[in-house]
Amino acid sequence: MKILVAVKRVIDYNVKIRVKPDNSDVDLTNVKMAMNPFCEIAVEEAVRLKERGVASEVVAVTVGPKAAQEQLRTALALGADRAIHINTSAETDEKVESLAVAKLLQKVVEEEQPQLVILGKQAIDTDNNQTGQMLAALTGLPQGTFASEVKVEGDKLQVTREIDGGLQTVALSLPAIVTTDLRLNEPRYAKLPDIMKAKKKPLATQTPAELGVEVASKVTLLKVESPAERQGGIKVGSVDELVEKLKNEAKVIS
Amino acid sequence: MDFSLSDDQKALQQAAADFTRAEFAENAARWDAESYFPVDVIKRAGEAGFLSIYIPEEHGGLGLSRLDAALIFEQLSQGCISTTAYLTIHNMASWMIAMWGSEALREQWLPRLISGELLASYCLTEPGSGSDAASLRTKAVRQGDEYVLSGSKMFISGAGETDVLVVMARTGGPDSGAGGISTFLVPADSAGIEYGKNEDKMGWKSQPTRLVSFDEVSVPAANRLGEEGEGFKLAMKGLDGGRLNIASCSLGAAQQALTLSRDYLMGRKQFGRELASFQALQFKLADMATELTAARWMVRQAAWRLDQGDPEATAHCAMAKRFATDVGFQVCNEALQLHGGYGYIKEYPLERLVRDTRVHQILEGTNEIMRVIVARRLLADGMIESLQ
Repeated sequence: MKILVAVKRVIDYNVKIRVKPDNSDVDLTNVKMAMNPFCEIAVEEAVRLKERGVASEVVAVTVGPKAAQEQLRTALALGADRAIHINTSAETDEKVESLAVAKLLQKVVEEEQPQLVILGKQAIDTDNNQTGQMLAALTGLPQGTFASEVKVEGDKLQVTREIDGGLQTVALSLPAIVTTDLRLNEPRYAKLPDIMKAKKKPLATQTPAELGVEVASKVTLLKVESPAERQGGIKVGSVDELVEKLKNEAKVIS
Repeated sequence: MDFSLSDDQKALQQAAADFTRAEFAENAARWDAESYFPVDVIKRAGEAGFLSIYIPEEHGGLGLSRLDAALIFEQLSQGCISTTAYLTIHNMASWMIAMWGSEALREQWLPRLISGELLASYCLTEPGSGSDAASLRTKAVRQGDEYVLSGSKMFISGAGETDVLVVMARTGGPDSGAGGISTFLVPADSAGIEYGKNEDKMGWKSQPTRLVSFDEVSVPAANRLGEEGEGFKLAMKGLDGGRLNIASCSLGAAQQALTLSRDYLMGRKQFGRELASFQALQFKLADMATELTAARWMVRQAAWRLDQGDPEATAHCAMAKRFATDVGFQVCNEALQLHGGYGYIKEYPLERLVRDTRVHQILEGTNEIMRVIVARRLLADGMIESLQ
């Protein structure tokens, strides 16, 4: 079974986020970038399936600028067999939106014919949580999103999903799309010898134009602001006062 | 001239940062408080490749450069200075075995030293010979196919919990000086070896430091590294890299201190405004960053010279070690000052950074000895001209 794993280059989760002074976007100048943590979980799951003999090949794919190859190298060091880079630098300096990414991945799915596609449920930069679902719609494949457990049984896939108030288990027929939640696994870190070996693994490059996908942005970003600073709390004298404040100041009950 | 790191180097840095975040950072304060030597975690460091960084590939190591090693140790030390410093010593001692051990000796010991199954200590200093290392008195007397070692070694990192000792001992007469010293691989459990108490140190508490006594310890002659009389030279070659490694640990510590200081200045308010808005403190932060940057590039260029086989590499390693360990300590100490009372209590890591970096000015050759090495080269022909 071939597994396709999508990974995204995002701001490192340990970095303090700065907003540009003109509020146009998050400031990425000289900021440390890394693989999106949910994508790390996706790579880990694919590699574990390969180690268990369920998968025969793991292909990592990313959509992004030239520098995103760093994250593909990480995926290769973690155990992916080969990588595909869809280089967007020529088309756009902007972020590629979820729908465009899903359309590009659709082309890769058509070409590679994987039995399973694993993506992070969302990327920690824009938190859209869309690409996996869009890819499922475009390819017509069944989807198991927010996975906390994945079991392959013959040509069926059992996915335990983290939903509001509990867990839901769905059975999908392969090929299928899975997006990872936080509790699916604990990703390993790359070992130095594997990093050296990863240099020798194949990395193919394609462009959106070659795949016939338009990636120009259709959304205008109006403003990015830092979250409001937390204010100190107060003590209330009575339950009545609390109810009054919740109603009239916080406006959380009516 | 291009100062940028290659993609490979960035990947190595990232791997070291991920490892130290996962394995060291959360535990460093506890290991320090409990004087716990984390052998299990060091084994995982071996599995991840951090115990054989510059051992050549043909001997099972990663075959990376000294510059790569400097980048890696700088990252690792941001999680735990003391444990990273032990890793650097293990790398140095194992590298000596890889470079100058016989093939049989390498086959017997190296694979397990590389994996972390076995750990190594470097034994040069003695109770009566520190800076004047060439005056060491531990004897190794040849008797047939063996050498018999007698004497003692002081301040030995890891001793008592390591498996292999790389020992410098005198094979020449009492007045034979540096030319009368040879190097031996001594199994740490050999009959006649005794270990002293774990020294109660100011810092570096996650690794034991002990006196090692040798009372007529028999070592096979095949365990000698290099030729008889070459030992001091080998010890110094080990230390060229060892000094860069320790300097890199100081850089990592200073980087962590700088990051913590920036965050503290942005978050803490006094007199109704953020500390970061006081120019006196801004200037302090600017100086810390400037000195750290100077030290970092000094270490990297010295490492590059060592990789190039530059004849003046030893002097440049000494300059870099002197400068980077002084700067590392100062930056950590300034960071403690910026944190005020919070810097002095153990809830914050600043006091540990200060305690851990202090010894970097003393070991692998004191910073005074670094000046001796540099001055000796400066007064020789050509060194000053070649600095340009």
